[in-house]
Amino acid sequence: MSAGKTIRVTVNSVIYERTVEPRLLLSDFLRQELALTGTHVGCEHGVCGACTIIVNGDSVRACLMLAVQADGATVETVEGLGSIHKLNPLQKAFQEQHALQCGFCTPGMLMTVTDLLRKYPLATDEDIREGLSGNLCRCTGYEHIVRAVRTLVRQTEGTP
Amino acid sequence: MTEVPGQTAADLALDDRQTRPKNIGARIKRTEDPRLLTGRGTYVDDRQARGMLHVAFRRSDHAHARILSIDAAAARAVPGVAAVLTAGDLADDAVPVHAVSRMANYYATPIRALASDKVRFVGEPVVAVVAESRYVAEDACELIEIGYDPLPVVVDPEAAVRADAPLLHEEAGTNILVQREFKRGDFEAEMFAAPVRVKGRFRFHRKTPTAMENRSYLAEYDGGRDELVLHSSTQVPGIIRNALSEALGMPGHRLRVIAPEVGGGFGGKASLYPEELVVALAARKLGRPVKWTSDRMEDLTATSHGFDETIDAEMGLDHEGRVMALTADVIGDVGAYSIYPWTCALEPVQVVSFLPGPYRIQNYRGTVRAVATCKAPTGPYRGVGRPISTFVTERLLDMAAHRIGIDPRDIRLKNFIQDHEFPYRIGSGIVWDRSSFTDCLEAACKAVDYDALRRRQAEARAAGRWFGVGIASYAELTGIGSRISVAPGMPLNTGTETARIRIDTTGGITAAFGIASHGQGLETTLAQVVADKLGVRVEDVRIIQGDSAAVPNPTGTYASRSTVLASGAATLAARTLRAKVFKAAAHLLDASADDLVAEDGRIYVPHTNKSTTFKDVARAVYLEMGRLPGEAREELEAAGTYDPVLGTTTSASHVAVLDIDPATYAIRLEKFVVAEDCGRLINPLIVDGQVHGGVAQGIGAALYEEVVYDDDGQILTASLVDYVVPAASEIPPMQVVHMQTTSPAIGGFRGMGEGGTIGAPAAIANAVSDALAPLGIEIDELPVTPERLFRLIQAARSRTGDQE
Repeated sequence: MSAGKTIRVTVNSVIYERTVEPRLLLSDFLRQELALTGTHVGCEHGVCGACTIIVNGDSVRACLMLAVQADGATVETVEGLGSIHKLNPLQKAFQEQHALQCGFCTPGMLMTVTDLLRKYPLATDEDIREGLSGNLCRCTGYEHIVRAVRTLVRQTEGTP
Repeated sequence: MTEVPGQTAADLALDDRQTRPKNIGARIKRTEDPRLLTGRGTYVDDRQARGMLHVAFRRSDHAHARILSIDAAAARAVPGVAAVLTAGDLADDAVPVHAVSRMANYYATPIRALASDKVRFVGEPVVAVVAESRYVAEDACELIEIGYDPLPVVVDPEAAVRADAPLLHEEAGTNILVQREFKRGDFEAEMFAAPVRVKGRFRFHRKTPTAMENRSYLAEYDGGRDELVLHSSTQVPGIIRNALSEALGMPGHRLRVIAPEVGGGFGGKASLYPEELVVALAARKLGRPVKWTSDRMEDLTATSHGFDETIDAEMGLDHEGRVMALTADVIGDVGAYSIYPWTCALEPVQVVSFLPGPYRIQNYRGTVRAVATCKAPTGPYRGVGRPISTFVTERLLDMAAHRIGIDPRDIRLKNFIQDHEFPYRIGSGIVWDRSSFTDCLEAACKAVDYDALRRRQAEARAAGRWFGVGIASYAELTGIGSRISVAPGMPLNTGTETARIRIDTTGGITAAFGIASHGQGLETTLAQVVADKLGVRVEDVRIIQGDSAAVPNPTGTYASRSTVLASGAATLAARTLRAKVFKAAAHLLDASADDLVAEDGRIYVPHTNKSTTFKDVARAVYLEMGRLPGEAREELEAAGTYDPVLGTTTSASHVAVLDIDPATYAIRLEKFVVAEDCGRLINPLIVDGQVHGGVAQGIGAALYEEVVYDDDGQILTASLVDYVVPAASEIPPMQVVHMQTTSPAIGGFRGMGEGGTIGAPAAIANAVSDALAPLGIEIDELPVTPERLFRLIQAARSRTGDQE
């Protein structure tokens, strides 16, 4: 075990200062140190996408980053989206289209889609599927997830 | 149709008169979703307990070896390590459990927390390190020295059955852990007489369920009360509770197994695991909470695998394409142990049992051997056996249709068991109840515009493109009752389910079940049933599931059983409870109970202003003494146990449409259509989702997923880079059509959680064969990867001399 390093991270608009082991994964930091257990760990090798969060405006795998690398960063996790009693439009679309089953991949999916919606027009279903292709879901067969994202894209286009 | 207890005309008439159902059949948004969508669901690994310790396992890196020595001194000396446990350390704490069975020729391998004496597959847990953090536990694991004497490795099941093969379990005297034969009719004579015979050796390669949540266990032991609570990412908390009781020697009332939010199962979380025993034992031994969460490598190497069969099969038909006989010899590679409680027989025996499919096949012989090899144990995986049996039978039918020169659709229509023939006993002994075999196929073909596809194919072929359409039809037994459940004599009862519904002092309604939802949305579905049967709103009902303390005989969710059995139990319990509520309400309203109607939590006499609520009835029964006479103040609680006796028959037809890239041999699925009959739908949204997910797993099985071991028994697919689970870009748009022929079960439901995975591999294998028919290629091995296709196409071209 090596000496701890003090880091300052802004997560969902809250500033946290903690002293951590240099080897601590960002995913473990969020889950264990900050008790933000909405970020799930599915593979610890960057394939499944369950731990996807947004760091400084880009989606990243929390399992492939060390907590110390997030020093000074701005992090968004699923806990920063809507609340249980006031889901945000993306969460609402997921519920309405039944785009989740066991819910384990869902936080990662939501963060990926949040990032996609900010950056890409997602004009076709192929674009949506391509965008989702870094996040594995074993329950839904993706059909309802694609429908949820498509519905949302259409709604967003409809708003001036 | 004969009347089923709990579903008589009188029962239905009473329900109709006394309630105004509005939830069953509605696309209701799931009540589980808000917590899951906001990251507030609590999976096992999300739980923390004061003083909690973490486990890391040192696993076998040998496929077969004798353990000579374990030196853990250095590991014990690592600061933060609370204990290092070996089989020897746990010898006095637990007894091995066995997946017993009544089957002849079966050997139940002992299942222990940690390997003792021998290891039998790479990844088998040998030593457990318990420490202050997972990081420290893994550090210490590295320092353990295990001395092994390597033994000869057996990875090929056909080699494993030879007389001179090294034995995994010497006490068994053989590697064949089960051997069975099913026979019916004069299959030999009929096969001999058949003018058309098609046969093949079919290979379905090993898969692993790969739930997105890895397995996770947290045990807490209260020494003062001698009580142990295990939070487990299991599909079967009741079965685990019973197994722990046996292994730990503790009665069930001191053990509680809770499956909180569970991130998918697909069968992989439906068995008892050594790690589960270790966590429970360590917590009891150390008196501190102990948690273990699998990483993905551990999941891919040590969670149960499935679908590993080789089948030699032959089908005999007449000139018109009617099947005269079917024979098959199945070898199931079941891995190193006979998994608890299912036994290693579960899957290979299901392959043989379901080979005759939804067809009028009376002359049948099937043999099966379940063979131990130095690989991870196999267990249930979505569809259990039927993805393989369907692959074989549907391939044989297409081969025969091709030979005879009739359309694949027509050969199926000719052989389907017809509506007037139900109940129908197929050659393997399974009895099909009425289900829409023919209608499903016709609906699927209509939805996909089958005739237009055939025209497109003719054009594609003329242009030299590989475009294929594949059909697969199947039937499955779901929601099985006690009569089927009893047959193999396994250490569980799959055939009954209990619901306990209570109304508390405040009018709160709680319905408790033995099942355990892990993505199926059963909290929503069962609330829909309870709400309709009681006459309250969905949001008024709280569902308790996934808790072994909920009912006396807790079970779990597997085998497409929960909706059929739990809905039946809920219906029975709700009827009894409704009668109690009505009795009290009748007094309060000065009316006859027969005249009352319950709707949205209100109880009223139609066309009058007499009205009360469930809440007010509860108050009158429990709190406000004097409002009701004693005999109308019955405790507002009722239990119902449902046994569908035989179970329900679910059927479907799948159609896959695809083309093959001539440069890369990549298969591009264009469309996938399913027409299925799961009886009456409770929540169409959820049913569609189940079908989609099942089909995606079937696509994975057909095109991408394969667990690979090398000749030394080393697993080569221990990451998600090597074990390829399909992403959104690999899955085509899907369409689902529902037939809804009501079943004889209470509510008219049929189980449907697994079907998607059953039909898809066969449909895709048929579509690929269809695309490559000009080359004479018949797919007999799945997954059909670009590399396998390349070899097949090269071989076909060298056979025909065709170069492009």
